[in-house]
Amino acid sequence: MQPKRERAKIGRERLQRVIEMCKAVEERSLDPFLVDVDEIIRVVREFFPEWEQPEDLCLDAEAINRLASVIRLQSEWVKHRSTSLYTDPFLLEEKIKRMEKEAIVEAFLGAWHPIVEFEQISLHSLKEALRYWESLPPLKDRWKEFPPPGEAGGAATREELIRLRILQDKAFTEELENFWNELKRLVGERGENGRIGYWDFVSAETYEETIHRAFMTSFLVTYGYATLEVHPLEEEIFIRPFERQQRRITKKQLVSIPIAITLEEWMKWRKGGVKA
Amino acid sequence: MSKRKAVYASKMKRAVHRLFYRRHKKPGVKGWELRKALGSDYPKVLSILDEYLKPLDLQVKMVFEEEKPTSEKPTLEELDKARFYITLRGELTPKEAKMVGWRIDDLAGLAITIAYIISKKGKAPRKEVEELLREKLPGWKVGLNIDRYIRYGYITQDENEQLYLDWRTRAEVDQKALIDLILSK
Repeated sequence: MQPKRERAKIGRERLQRVIEMCKAVEERSLDPFLVDVDEIIRVVREFFPEWEQPEDLCLDAEAINRLASVIRLQSEWVKHRSTSLYTDPFLLEEKIKRMEKEAIVEAFLGAWHPIVEFEQISLHSLKEALRYWESLPPLKDRWKEFPPPGEAGGAATREELIRLRILQDKAFTEELENFWNELKRLVGERGENGRIGYWDFVSAETYEETIHRAFMTSFLVTYGYATLEVHPLEEEIFIRPFERQQRRITKKQLVSIPIAITLEEWMKWRKGGVKA
Repeated sequence: MSKRKAVYASKMKRAVHRLFYRRHKKPGVKGWELRKALGSDYPKVLSILDEYLKPLDLQVKMVFEEEKPTSEKPTLEELDKARFYITLRGELTPKEAKMVGWRIDDLAGLAITIAYIISKKGKAPRKEVEELLREKLPGWKVGLNIDRYIRYGYITQDENEQLYLDWRTRAEVDQKALIDLILSK
């Protein structure tokens, strides 16, 4: 008979292998029926009495969790095969390889109904653009507002921020609540689904004002007046105001989301190249 | 013109402005936006507009981005979440497709990519799609084309380099018809 420690080691290795295999099926879109579910359950059952340490129990739980994901994939696979959209990928691949480009295009055109849309300037937008142009200060006036780079960084006090006119000298809470109301109003006017793009909200006519708005926005989120929605794939950030201030009662770990408000990003936004 | 007719004529005009002119990054208008602009009878306005567009070979297309409605007739809440577009009702000829700005190679590549992803249950590794495209397209063009399809919103890619169908395919391509047409060729 194997010593207990030796058996536990073998068990850990087998569970690791199960986890890796299930992960590979999930991530690489492999056939989920390659996984022998009964066999894995037998292995998990066989070694379960050996586990005493929390890490081993976690490993056991992860193996079960991964197996559950594979079973979900198997279920989806069966559902897909039963729909009219199911086509054997191999059959389709062979068909595509044998078809001429022209025939593929002809088939596609039979199923393609492109969207019709206009991007055209209107009298209204021309008027808006002219008004904006008139109120826009010349470049030489705007550029001299930026301090020369290379100054040493450090933490600023509230008094310094007031002196630099990043914060106004009125009750901070009052200012924050006014800002919150502005956010709610803008979401109502220009937002979608109760939220607005982060850059659309913080960006202002000057870089200084943009920094101030980003600074205030961070307090809106920290103090529970609003929340941030980050979509890393689309590289989009939205801000969603709450109707009432939220008190943090959950023990959930809070996360910080650093957002760089660099001069370059702001300039890009001005030219219309930055996503929400 | 009766008062009722005049109201619908005015609502239809507003619907045309919203649907044809792009207001957001993506084209199309959400149901709740139309409800806000036209009133709760906006589905009726859209169905009248659809009739008007028929002779012009255009249609009002409704796409459910999240869960599809369970019943055949979607509820108002379900319609609110749907996105509405104006799309071509019929088909383009290969000549016309060129006028829209697509080269035959690129269009064939798009057809292959979409069909392959559909056959793989809506998710396929980028490498596999690239290999398939390399059969008919020059190697240097394959990656560029896939990136272009992603940029246009036909497909999307996750951090594991898996490709999925995206919003534009759902709006523009009749997926079942595409597979049937390819298999019947």
